[in-house]
Amino acid sequence: MTVTTQPEVLQPEKLTPQQTVAKIALIGNPNSGKSSLFNQLTGLNQKVGNFPGVTVDKKTGISQITPNLKAQIIDLPGTYSLYPKSLDERVIIDLLYDPNSTHYPDLVIVTADASNLKRNLLLFTQLADLHIPAILALNMMDVAETEGVKIDVEALQQELGVPVIPMNARKGVGIAALKIVMSQQLAPSPVSFYTIPTELKPLVRSIKESFGLRNDYLALHYAHQYKSLKFVSEEKAEWMAALLEAEGFNSNTLQANETIARYARISEILLDVMRVEKVTKDEKFSNRLDQILTHKVFGYLIFLAILFTVFQAIFTWASYPMDLIDLGVANLNGLIQDNFSGPLVNLLTEGIIAGLGGVLVFVPQIAILFAFIAILEETGYMARVTFMMDKIMRKFGLNGKSVVPLISGVACAVPAVMSARTIENWKDRMITIFVTPLMSCSARIPVYTVLIALVVPETYYLGFLNLQGLVLMGLYLTGFLTAIVSAWVLKKVLKARERSYFIMEFPVYKMPRWKNVGITIVEKSKAFVLEAGKVIVAISVILWVLASYGPGNSFEVAEQKARQQAVARNYTETELQNHIASAQLESSYAGIVGRAMEPAIRPLGYDWKIGIALLTSFAAREVFVGTMSTIYSIGEEENVSTIKSKLMAEKDENGQPFFTPARAFSLLVFYMFAMQCVSTLAVVRRETKSWTWPLAQFIYMSGLAYIAAFITFQIFK
Amino acid sequence: MRNRVEEHKEQKSVRDLKLGERGVICCLQDAEMALKLLEMGCIPGTEVKLNSRAPFGDPITIIVNDYTLSLRLDEAETILLKK
Repeated sequence: MTVTTQPEVLQPEKLTPQQTVAKIALIGNPNSGKSSLFNQLTGLNQKVGNFPGVTVDKKTGISQITPNLKAQIIDLPGTYSLYPKSLDERVIIDLLYDPNSTHYPDLVIVTADASNLKRNLLLFTQLADLHIPAILALNMMDVAETEGVKIDVEALQQELGVPVIPMNARKGVGIAALKIVMSQQLAPSPVSFYTIPTELKPLVRSIKESFGLRNDYLALHYAHQYKSLKFVSEEKAEWMAALLEAEGFNSNTLQANETIARYARISEILLDVMRVEKVTKDEKFSNRLDQILTHKVFGYLIFLAILFTVFQAIFTWASYPMDLIDLGVANLNGLIQDNFSGPLVNLLTEGIIAGLGGVLVFVPQIAILFAFIAILEETGYMARVTFMMDKIMRKFGLNGKSVVPLISGVACAVPAVMSARTIENWKDRMITIFVTPLMSCSARIPVYTVLIALVVPETYYLGFLNLQGLVLMGLYLTGFLTAIVSAWVLKKVLKARERSYFIMEFPVYKMPRWKNVGITIVEKSKAFVLEAGKVIVAISVILWVLASYGPGNSFEVAEQKARQQAVARNYTETELQNHIASAQLESSYAGIVGRAMEPAIRPLGYDWKIGIALLTSFAAREVFVGTMSTIYSIGEEENVSTIKSKLMAEKDENGQPFFTPARAFSLLVFYMFAMQCVSTLAVVRRETKSWTWPLAQFIYMSGLAYIAAFITFQIFK
Repeated sequence: MRNRVEEHKEQKSVRDLKLGERGVICCLQDAEMALKLLEMGCIPGTEVKLNSRAPFGDPITIIVNDYTLSLRLDEAETILLKK
């Protein structure tokens, strides 16, 4: 048997007279190098869109196949067979089962892991039986070689009836050969890999006639999956249900039998095509590494160390570019305001550009978090984390894979929610996304510090335990516990539309492919800026308008009154400006809403001034500190000690200090729970592809915040 | 093969394997989960080996057809072994 590693002999066929761009679908098992191949074929020439109704992104890209031939490549979710087990996998049948659809591919490229050929061929044989022209991209030839797997590519090509291209997509080996084959007119495989049982023949014939199909196997799939197929009308579905009932069609048994039959056929093929020279060492490298990395003690310690590094990175590394973005936005605004004036300029600078700045400022954190996540995923370490945490997380309705989003939530809920995408199970994923914003994110830190400094004395216990630090830790812990308990409640409430499986391939350790890491970073940042950014900017502008305008001439009246008071009180020029700003905010629409809100928030111990702060920090909680400075006319510089002394001097009607511990704790609790982050809501909307989840989240968290703050105030009062 | 004392359970499953112990798949109990397991290569007649356990005993990894699968104990329980 000769072993070829290069596909030199390929039947040269006539080139397609390409008028339209060919549609090529990329399909394969998870971990078969599909993403690497997609990235190799399209580069950064990718577009991320939506499939209707599911949470996976539709990734398409243009590939230059020959100098004058382009093709549109669509990346389908990884799957083990054409019988979808998750909602997201249904995208595949939607695309492949409707030959009349405009998206129906002209060609499919099936990626297969050469070191795992048997299992990878299952999907291929199903596709071949649908009679779609196909190419088998025999990926990871290098891994196969080191594992002693020898594949006779020539013989495999003969057996499968389609071109087989040996390749190593991570390194780009075989891409050129693949492109040559892609440019040719390809026919479906003439080989049939599965014989439909005779007793199903009448059924298949009826379905074929009814739907006008030409393929028996496709008709069989209609029988199995008509309920999930969007293009099947209601009458047709009823007709199908009656037909299947009459024929005694048992979908589960038939699918199981088909899979067993296909595996038998594949084993037969591989007998002649593949030789495995047993590697002498039984324990593979990955297994030995696992003994340390998933060890009872070291496993968790190493995981903690990695987490610590990620955190440090998000907190410290990201702060430099974030400061730069803040500074850049401030300078840009200053420049514009110095040179132009008028209400439109204010709208542009304080509304739109400030809103854009609020979007861009998250990009460094997103980029850093996803750089780490991509590396951990690429190396295969993430599968081990899932493995170690699954039992603990499952008790609360979560899943081993929920660990990363929850922990990332301490830095920022926006990238954290995006990282929940690795959870395949719908219910587990929704629960994770729902509870993640309860983790205290870094935007709460300024609010926490100001309020704690205000009411918690800076005393030390045992010489090193700072009381303020303990309170801060208590806030973080409460947030975490609330997230866990909420998850547990949701687990009881939500009905699962699909079963939760943990059955998954445990990938071997690999070196990360840096190009994939880079593409992940770019793609995630782009998705955030483009999709979440729209909502954030819109709401920032609305809030700006509310805070900058009042009804009629209320602003001039407020300014005049403030000037008179200033003269009486002997204010300096800066004090005067601050006092005017404060008086104007009071008479703005936001101030009116704040006053209208007062009866509702009085039970929590708040007055209308805090009401304005709550309103303006609706878009982003860190705005609280800034608004408080404006209301209490502290001025631009948000200095914690200035704010603190100013707030302490604030008196209530009876001349007592306004910020009692009860009020401050009530506010702390409110900010701990309340969903005051438009970015998070926007990203949840994007990730769940529905408004229901962000709305439910908003109502739940705000309700929780209100009730908890009410209880806190009543207890401490 | 060692003689093992027959327990109350009629048949051994992958759940009962010891670390490093091997067995041959006889049948799959849960019809729906069977489809998933079959697709992943857990075909009756295939040899499985218990490869490792997570720190709290669940989930586990098994080796089937030369690759590693991870699954929960209640999923492993549905894979029955030949005697």
